[in-house]
Parts: sequence; structure tokens; C-alpha cells
Amino acid sequence: MLRWILGAREAQGTVEKSAALFIGEEQPKNCFTEMQVLKGHFDIVRFLVQIDDLRFASAGDDGLVLIWNVETGELLLDLRGHTQQITAMTSYAYVRGGNTHTALITASSDRTLSLWDPDTGHRVQNVYDLQSSVKVCVRVFSSCVCTCLLIVCFLQCLLVLDRLDVWVSGGNELCVWNKDFELQCKTVHHSDTGISAMVELPKNFIAAAMDREIVIFKLNVSGSDVAVMAMRHLTDHQDTIRSLINVNDGLFASGSHIGELILWDSLHWTIHACEHILWEESAGEGQSEVRLTNQKQIERSIQHMSSDGELLVAAVGSGLYVYNVALKSVVAYRRIAHDSSVLHTMLQEDGHMMSCSADGSVRMWELQDLPLPAEPASSGLFGMFGTFGRSSKQVCPPTKKLPEVSGLRSLELTGDLIGHSGAVQMFVSFKEKGLVTCSTDHLLIVWRDGELQSQLRSLALFHKLEQNQGL
Amino acid sequence: MIGSPDVVAFTKEDDFGESFSDPLSLPEEFSVPLFNHAANANPWTKTSYAKFSKDFILISEFSEQVGPQPLLTIPSDPKVCGTFDLNYFSLRIMSVDYQASFVGHPPGSNYPKLNFVEDSKVVLGDSKEGAFAYVHHLTLYDLEARGFVRPFCMAYISADERKIMQQFQELSSQFSKASECLKTGNRKAFANELEKKLKDLEYTRSVLHKEADLQKTNSGCYSTQAIEKANELANVEKSIYEHKDLLRQITSYPSRKRKDMDFVQCETEKATEIIAVDDTLTCNSDNAVKSVETESDSRKSTYTPQFIKAKSAKCFDKRLKTLEELCETNFFHQTLEQLNLVEKSFRGDLCFIYSSQINRALLTKQRVTSFLFEAEADWIDETAKHFKVSSNTPPIPILNLSAAPMNLESYTMSVDIDRIKPSGESIEMPAESSTSDITQETSEAADTETKGSFSSDKSIEAFGSVSPSNLHSNYFEGLERSKVSTTSSSEDQKVGKMSPQRTSEGSPAEVFGNGHLVPMDSACCIGQDGFIYEEPTPEIAQECCGDMVVNQEPLSLLHGDPVLQMDYILEDSTLLGSPNKGLMFSELNTSVLSEEAARINIEDVSDSTSYMSTSTSSDRAASPFTYGTVLTLRQKKKAGHNALRFIRQYPFAHQAIFCLLSGRTLVILGSDEGTVRKLANALLIFVPNLGKYGETVQPWLSTPFQLTDLQRWKLIGLQRAVSPAGSSILHSLNRYSRYISILDCDNKTLRCPPYKGTLINQMADHRTQIKRGSTYFLHVQSLLTQLTAKAFLYTFCHHIHLPMDMNDQGSVTSRRTNFLLQLGCTVEESKIVQYLSELIKKHCIQGHSKGVNQSFFSFDYTTSYLYKI
Repeated sequence: MLRWILGAREAQGTVEKSAALFIGEEQPKNCFTEMQVLKGHFDIVRFLVQIDDLRFASAGDDGLVLIWNVETGELLLDLRGHTQQITAMTSYAYVRGGNTHTALITASSDRTLSLWDPDTGHRVQNVYDLQSSVKVCVRVFSSCVCTCLLIVCFLQCLLVLDRLDVWVSGGNELCVWNKDFELQCKTVHHSDTGISAMVELPKNFIAAAMDREIVIFKLNVSGSDVAVMAMRHLTDHQDTIRSLINVNDGLFASGSHIGELILWDSLHWTIHACEHILWEESAGEGQSEVRLTNQKQIERSIQHMSSDGELLVAAVGSGLYVYNVALKSVVAYRRIAHDSSVLHTMLQEDGHMMSCSADGSVRMWELQDLPLPAEPASSGLFGMFGTFGRSSKQVCPPTKKLPEVSGLRSLELTGDLIGHSGAVQMFVSFKEKGLVTCSTDHLLIVWRDGELQSQLRSLALFHKLEQNQGL
Repeated sequence: MIGSPDVVAFTKEDDFGESFSDPLSLPEEFSVPLFNHAANANPWTKTSYAKFSKDFILISEFSEQVGPQPLLTIPSDPKVCGTFDLNYFSLRIMSVDYQASFVGHPPGSNYPKLNFVEDSKVVLGDSKEGAFAYVHHLTLYDLEARGFVRPFCMAYISADERKIMQQFQELSSQFSKASECLKTGNRKAFANELEKKLKDLEYTRSVLHKEADLQKTNSGCYSTQAIEKANELANVEKSIYEHKDLLRQITSYPSRKRKDMDFVQCETEKATEIIAVDDTLTCNSDNAVKSVETESDSRKSTYTPQFIKAKSAKCFDKRLKTLEELCETNFFHQTLEQLNLVEKSFRGDLCFIYSSQINRALLTKQRVTSFLFEAEADWIDETAKHFKVSSNTPPIPILNLSAAPMNLESYTMSVDIDRIKPSGESIEMPAESSTSDITQETSEAADTETKGSFSSDKSIEAFGSVSPSNLHSNYFEGLERSKVSTTSSSEDQKVGKMSPQRTSEGSPAEVFGNGHLVPMDSACCIGQDGFIYEEPTPEIAQECCGDMVVNQEPLSLLHGDPVLQMDYILEDSTLLGSPNKGLMFSELNTSVLSEEAARINIEDVSDSTSYMSTSTSSDRAASPFTYGTVLTLRQKKKAGHNALRFIRQYPFAHQAIFCLLSGRTLVILGSDEGTVRKLANALLIFVPNLGKYGETVQPWLSTPFQLTDLQRWKLIGLQRAVSPAGSSILHSLNRYSRYISILDCDNKTLRCPPYKGTLINQMADHRTQIKRGSTYFLHVQSLLTQLTAKAFLYTFCHHIHLPMDMNDQGSVTSRRTNFLLQLGCTVEESKIVQYLSELIKKHCIQGHSKGVNQSFFSFDYTTSYLYKI
């Protein structure tokens, strides 16, 4: 705890130099004026999953899965079963008896995989004796929802396909299982590193990130037989792939440890666009330069990406990078958006976005038009774009044209949420009901709009008065 | 705060000319009675000729051996009584003894009957001594006493006549509790005694039987000796029968009582056993004995019977039992405790007592908001319905006497008239001995309880007594109660409420439960004016209420009550109907409240029957004045002293107080624990929703504080340490600086948002003329009450909170802001009112279920500034 506090202080020094990042205590655009701290975990809380409008699940290193009510902050259920830390969690919806149910799938270091019913808290299914543990968990919905397919990739990734009747798993291999937790088939051994991320592609293809490669698998489903087969290896990344997401129906994106961002065509698996983000180390920031030279790689690592199909936000080191997919151009960026690496990002409507970081804060951003397009303040941008050409390791074709300065916008900090005393691992937004954050300090915090809550309480009060017929 | 002594003492009647009537002033009924000042007399001089320094309680006995004698005083310090002649006064008060309770063989009965006599309550004045007394007569049973009874009396003696008169109701209920405690203990002791005696007698009978048999077998004929033995045996048999009967009577009493009133049932299974015993007409003494045994100590089971010379049961020893022996020790001490409480709660000047009673009664009316700043909030929850009745009922003797005939009638309806009714002489007698107006009035109403002693000494004036079935007071009780408790009929709830201190089996405290006295049926006590507890039928009570409204000129309380209901009325009608009216705070005054409102109010009351289990008696047990939170109040007053020093010392006191009132956590940082604690104590009085135990304040914290602490505490004293731990404390302070204000008492700085309003200037003027901490506390309380009233209005005005349509949040916000502006709040004060309003909402929604604490905290994103001295 002390460590990050010191870091924060140190960072504050630099922050004061670049005054734009220091928002101060006056935050008129920040509507989160009420917080509720939820205690229940005994170790780092890493995962949050929304179950429905009202409920969410949290899980972390203590092996507990807790289900909460977001409105009241009440702890609804306590799912115990895993003996070691949870390494992946996802929810999937299925239809039974005309009603849509939501189930939770969790994977743990104890090499078990469990299916939970969040209404009763029962462990519905359980798989033991897996060869290794699941690390990452992704959920993808496909068009058809009548049956379901789970693909579980052990070591790194968990993927749910709501389509077919089977699902997949393996140690360093990919296995397919059906929804009854029966193993259908698996691939041959791939590599030592295993799969770090997976996305579902159209036509029963799956893209899996394994170290520096993206492997395209094909699922052959004929009757009850399921076969999985590697179709192609995409080897355009120079370093370990850190994140892999679907952008829209035709594109998916991958980001690597050294800041390579590649957009791929989902159908043909060809490069649609390529950016190599190299934060320009401007002179005059001696203090941070020392740090950067030591941790250069980390600073450029693309930890997380999120997209709304049009814009793509990448968490690059401690900075944020907004890319327009259609125009294949940078929209805005902020080299130091946080004092430490950004762990999770989210795009909201109207050009708002959120990011959380290991520095313990959540920050809210807004895309704003630059006051004057030709402002000399954007010199940093030119510098940045200059670096693209210099990169000798450039693998992607030189699609870059000269940056269109007119299209550039600025990423303005509109507010920050300070509460956690440890890295904020991720957050889930419940829209007007609030925002839930989880952190290494074992806490969850629900942030709410105080004004709205006050009005809701007034309504509740009058409702109660009506019921009781007076005070 | 309503009528603090500081204010009252200097109030003069001329200051309120008839031409001027302040619409915002309290209605007359809720102001403290004005001192009738004549020729600038010192209001306290009248006590000067009394021979005792302060009020005290005297317990006396009419001993059958030595006559009236004082037993003990409370407080026991002899200095209190000074040169006051206790013996003389005991003689006086005992000679006014109420109807000599008849015990023994009633006409037409072969067996002695016990009375369960109701206590009598008399007000006495001794003009020579300058002493006035509330006298509470009671009888205790003693097997060895003449007629089985020992008359006692407890008297509250004061030099202030008005105190006795005005506090009659309260005194009566308090003393009744003490008396009930004594009598409960006494019944147990008496049953034990009887049981022992029975064993003795049975043993004696068996011995006599043996002897008689022996003689029969020896002589074979009836010698004189044998005849004597047979007579003796017959006597013993009769005696056994009598004692069994007495035992049946005494053991049936409590069960009846318990059955009829909603009583704290500590001994349910035993009680049912007793009831079963009671139901069998031919009482089996074995059962009775058993049931007594279960209640009594184990030592009785090991009692070895002794042979006794066959005598009448009415024989008595030369040595009379002490009061402590008469009641079980446990009960005796409980009673003394209770009396000590009584003495404490009636200490001091009448106007102080009266105003604090009014204060508390008013507090019970505002339960919605009283939790914010009032220390008694939780206490009120538990005991509101006991309390408000007694405190808000108009002084009974005067009221009662003016309406005497009706009361007397209602009283005598259920009582043997021959025994009680004055034969006419008493009406003439007191007239000549009376010395004051009040006496003249009251003496007419005095019933025969006093008549025996009137002629004996002229310097004693009996002011009157109150009949237990005082319907008059009952009406008001009903009026009061209905607002508070609609659940009084549920015994379970009551047990829940009262149980905390009463879990021990057979605890004397159980007698402090509230019961209802009603004329007892004559099954047990033929022709006696005994009372047992019974619930009156709602219809009767309703009729009473109805009669009161129609026939009686509306009494002070009738005018007053609507004022208390003002908030509700406004909320329901005024504000809903015409929002503009409601928006004007200045209109919220008594002028809104018409007679009609009062009438509606009364109708509401008479309609609701849920509370109609109110007593028909003045003897209803109420909770004691003194309770755990009195201490808190005292502490708060002490805190007022510290607060006074704080505002004089620190120019940024306004900002600090603003932080607390608007719900921003204030951290007092310092290295010296004493200083920090003192500051925390000083600021305590400004913390809304302090909690019964001050849960929202942490006066001294030496570990780094966490985010969750902000949810819990609004005022934190934090240790400044030089250790690494200390630095991490500073880091957390720095981290959470947007949520807190930091008062650094080492460097005398305060970091907090600015405050520009005027309200807190009034509250914390550093040039204030107020010298005393308690006065300052009251001053602050009065301002906080104003704020609370605004918060109440703000919270409960529908139209400003309800959106006109679904996408209407913006307009709700602006309506809220406008409303607050119209209440006269500045931006900062609006924050305070909004915070208080949120607290009220939370309190109302969550109710009293303190199970799941869904706490959260709100904050603002505002800039803080550093203030220095």
C-alpha cells in the first residue's frame, strides 16, 4: 500500500507540471458523489461480472465468488468451492423452460472449473483434474442462442459461444466441451506459453493469441462430433500479444507488449490497419525519462482494449490511445493518463470513456475538439507520428499517411474517483445505477450519482409513507 | 431548549402586552408557567422559611406499638432535613391516613379476608413548617401485625407548594411504581411467611394428633385433658384453613394482575401454574405451596417446621418486622433505587422540571427528526408512550378539582359508597382550615380519605386526592398516546421493548411495567375497594373522549396539540394543495392552526381504538425520569462548554462546524491525545445523528484510517505520529483529502471548503455573551432545531421531489434548489439541509431495523482552502 502511495505522490509532482491532468477537487462533471464500500473478500478482487440489471458477481484471489445487489450493496450470496484463486470468470445466459437464466462459470488455480447458479448459489457442474488452470475469461455471443458452446482454453483463456452444443479445453491445448461439461475434442500440443486470449470469429472460427502469434482455429461440427483444427498462424506481431478483442463484425484487433496495434479482417485474416505506438519521450522530463528507460517495454504494452465498433481505446502503458477504426486514424491520445499502468478501459456514449489503473484511481475522460486545429500544442503528436516511420521493425505495410491534424481531438479529464488504496483491477458500469470497481485492496466500491440517489430515496420515502398511511 | 431556565427566570408578564402577540411564539400551554411576580419579590424567597434545604422523600410507618414514626429519608444525609422535625411530620402525614383498610373478619364471613387495597395519594401542606408534601399511603401485609396489615406512607416533601401540585400526576405515577415494587416483594414475603406458618401448623397438628391418640389409647375415655387437646386441635385445624385461605388469596393476586394487564412475563410457566391454582375454588394448599416455592428461594424448601402453641392466627410477636423484612431485600433495594431516581428527577426548581417535561413531551412528537440532534431519541422510542402522558398531562390536582364532581362520581361508581363517601362533614370542615384559594377549591373535592384527620390539627391542609379512575386524565393520556404507539395492545412487543434490564427471573423491576387499574371484581375482596388490573373497553373510553370534546371547554392541551401536529397538517394539506403557501416558511406558524384542526385531531384520536388500553387510573406505572441517556445529555452540556471555548479560540470554527453539519467528515489531527479528545468533545454537539452512544464519533484513532471509516465516523480524532505508521496516516489523509476536512490542532490550521453563510455565525459567534456551557448548548440546540424543521419540510414536500414525468430530473433539481432558496437558505445552508434531509430519509426508509447497515457516504467535489489562525 505504501508503495503505490509513494508512487502517487511522486507522480503528483509530475502531474503538477502538466496541469491539464490535475483535475483538482472541483469536478462539476463528475456525478459520482456517493460511494459505498463493499467488504467481503479477503484478497485481491480481480473479476467483476454483471449478472443482470441488479446483480453482479465478484471474484478474486481468495477463491470466493460473491454475488451482490448493486442498488443496496447487499451481499446476496457467497459461492464457496474453489480452494485457490479464481483465474477466470464469465457469465452466460441460457434458456430453460422459456425463461432466460444466467449462469456463472469460474475457473480456478485449483484446476477446477465450476458452473454456478447465481439464484441459489449451488454449484451445478464441476470439472476436476484439469491439467492446468484457466487464466482469462472472455464471453462472446453469437447470433443463434438456442444451444451453447463453451470453449475453454486452459492456462489462459475461457470463451463462451452461445451457439453450438459443445465446448473446448486443454492444458496448453484447446479443448472443446459441451454444455454438460463433457469433453468433445482437443487440439494437439501447441507451445509452452499457451493461449492468452481468444475471440470468436464468424463461421465457427476462433482466434487465439499465443505469445506472438494469433492462431485461427476452425470448429467442425458435424452432428455430435466436434473437431478443432488450426487453420492459420498470423505472425505479424513482434512481441507477446497482450490483448485481443472483436471490434465489429468484420474486424478484430490485437495489441502487443511493445505497442503494436493491428486490426485484422475477421473473414480473411489479413491486416486491415496497423499502428505502432511509440510514446515520444520528450526532453525536459528528466525524472520520468529515467523511469521510462528502465521500463520502456511496460510503458508501451497494450494491456487492454475496448471498442464500440467505431472507436477503439487502447490502454498503452499508463496512457490512453483512441483510434478511429473506419478512418484508420488516431483520434486522440494521452501519453500519461494515469500515474501507473492502465488496467481496464471502457468506452461510453458521446465520446466519454473511463479508465482505471494500478495507481488506485478511476478516471473519466471526454473527447473534446481541440480549440484550434493548428495549435502548436499538438507538436507532441507530430513527434509521435514521426516515430512510426523510424521503426525499422515495422512489419505492417506503410499504410500511414500524414496525420490529419483536423481530425485530432483532445482527451480531457472530466473527473476521477479516488477510493481504493490499491490497483483498481476492473470496473463494471450499471449505467444510472452506478459503477462498481474492484481492487487489490480487497474492496469493492459502488459509486453512485448522489443527486439521482437522493431523488430515488425521496420516491422510496413517499412510497413508504403511502403504505404506512402517514408517518 | 424550549424554555431554558436562563430564559424563564427573567420573563415578566408585562413584556408580553396584549397588543402584541408574536405569531411564532409558543402557545401558552407549552411555555413554562410564569412567575407571579409581585413587588419584585425574589422568586426563590418562599423556600427560605422551610427548615430543610432541599426536597426529600420520607418513608414513615404507623407502628401499632409506637405510633407514627419516620423510617428513612432519601437522600439519607441528615443535612437535607436540617432542623425539620421528621417525627412531627410523620405524625401529621400518618394521621391523614386514608380509609383504614379493613382486614380481618368482614361481616358475614368466617374467615379473614385480605384487601388488595389501592394506595391513596394525598397532597398535604403544613403552613407552619413551610412544608408541602405528596403523601402516598400504602399497606403491607404482615402475618404478625394487627389485621395482617402494616400502614406505611411515602412522602415527597418540598417547600414549593406549586411543585407538588403541578407534578402531582408525575409524582403519583412514580411513587406508584415504588409502591408496586414494595407490595410485590411484600406479597412474596407474605406468601413465604404463610407457607412457613402452614408447615408449622401442620406439624403441630400431627404432633397434637399423636398426643391425642396417645391419650386416647392411654386413658380410653375423654378426660378434660383430652377435651382440651381436641379443642386445641380444632383450633389448629381452623387456623390451617384460615391460613390456606390467606395463602390462596395472596397467591391469586399477582396472577390475576398479570393475566389482566400486559405485564412483563418473566415467569410464564409459573404464572400459568398459579392461574391454574387460582381457578380451582377449593384451593389445594399443597399446590399453592408448591407454586410459591418455585418462586421463592430454595432455602424455604429446607425449612424445618416447628411446633407452635396453638393460637389465633392473628397473634403477633412483640418485635415487628422491619420494612426490609416485610418486602424481600431485593425488592426493598429496588424500591430505594426507584425512590432515589424520583428524588433526582424532581430535584431543582419547578420551572426547570416543567420545561424539561414539556421538552421531552414535544420531542416525542418529532420522532421523525429527533434522532438528528436529540440525545434522547432512542430512549423515546422505547418509552415514549409512558412518558408523554405523564409529562404533558395538565397538572392534575387543579384540573381535577375544578371538575371534581364528575371524577368523584366515576370513582365511587365502582367503590363501596358506604365506606368511602364523605358523610357531609368533610365538605364543611376543610373550609375553615383552608388558607389559600387553591385550598378552598380543592377542599371541596377532597373525599373522605382525609376526613378523619381534619379535625385533629388545623395547620394541616389536605389539598385533595386523586381518584384512581380519573377519566379526565385518561382522556389526555389517550390523546397523547395515540400519536406514539398504535401497538400497545400487543403484549409481545411490549415485552420486547421492556425486557432488556428485566431478564432476571422474578426481578422486582417487573412491577414497573405499565398496568391498568380498574375496580377489582369482588370475588376476592367482598365489599372492599380493591383494584385489580383490567382493560377498559374501548367504547367507554371513546365515549369519554367524545364527552370531553363536547362538554368541556377545550383545555390547554387541546389548543396545543395541533401545534405539534403542525408539520403533518401542513404537509398533508397546505403544501399539497397550494404549493406556494407551503414554500413560505414564515407562514408556518400557529395561525394556520385553527380550532378545526384541533377538532380533527381529537376525532382522529377517538377513532383509533388501538391505544385504548390506556389506564383509567393515575396509578399507571410509567418509566422513570432518569435513564441512561441523561448522562449523555449532561455530557453534551459539558461539551457545550468545550464548544464555547473552541469558538472563542479558533476563528475558523464556522468552517469546522459547517463541515460537520453538512456531513463532511472532520479529522482532528494532533499529537497530544488530550487536546484532540477535547476538541472532539467540543465539536460533538454539532454532529447530526450522533447516535445513542455517539457511534459516529471516534475521538481518538492511532491507526491509519481507511475508507470504510469515512462511512462510519463523521468526527475523527487522529494521532499524529512520527513513526512510519504516522507517515502512512498522513498519506491516507492526503489521499482522501477530497472527502475530509482536516483540523490540525498542532499547527492550528483547518483545511476545508469555504463557508459564507450567516447561520453558523449565529451559532458560533466568538463574541457571544453566553458564559455557561449548558446555556450555549441550548442555544446551539435551538438553532439546530430550526435547521431540522427546514430539513423536515424539505424532505416531506412531495411536489419538489416527484418528477413531473419520466425525464424530468433536471426540473426536480431546480425545484429543490428553489425551495431551499425560499426557505431562506444560502448555498451552504442548503447543503446542510440537504444532508439532514438525506439522513431523515434514510432513517425513515430503514426504519428501526438495524440489521443490515447499508451505509454509504456522500460527498461533494469542492475546493478546500487552508485556514490559519
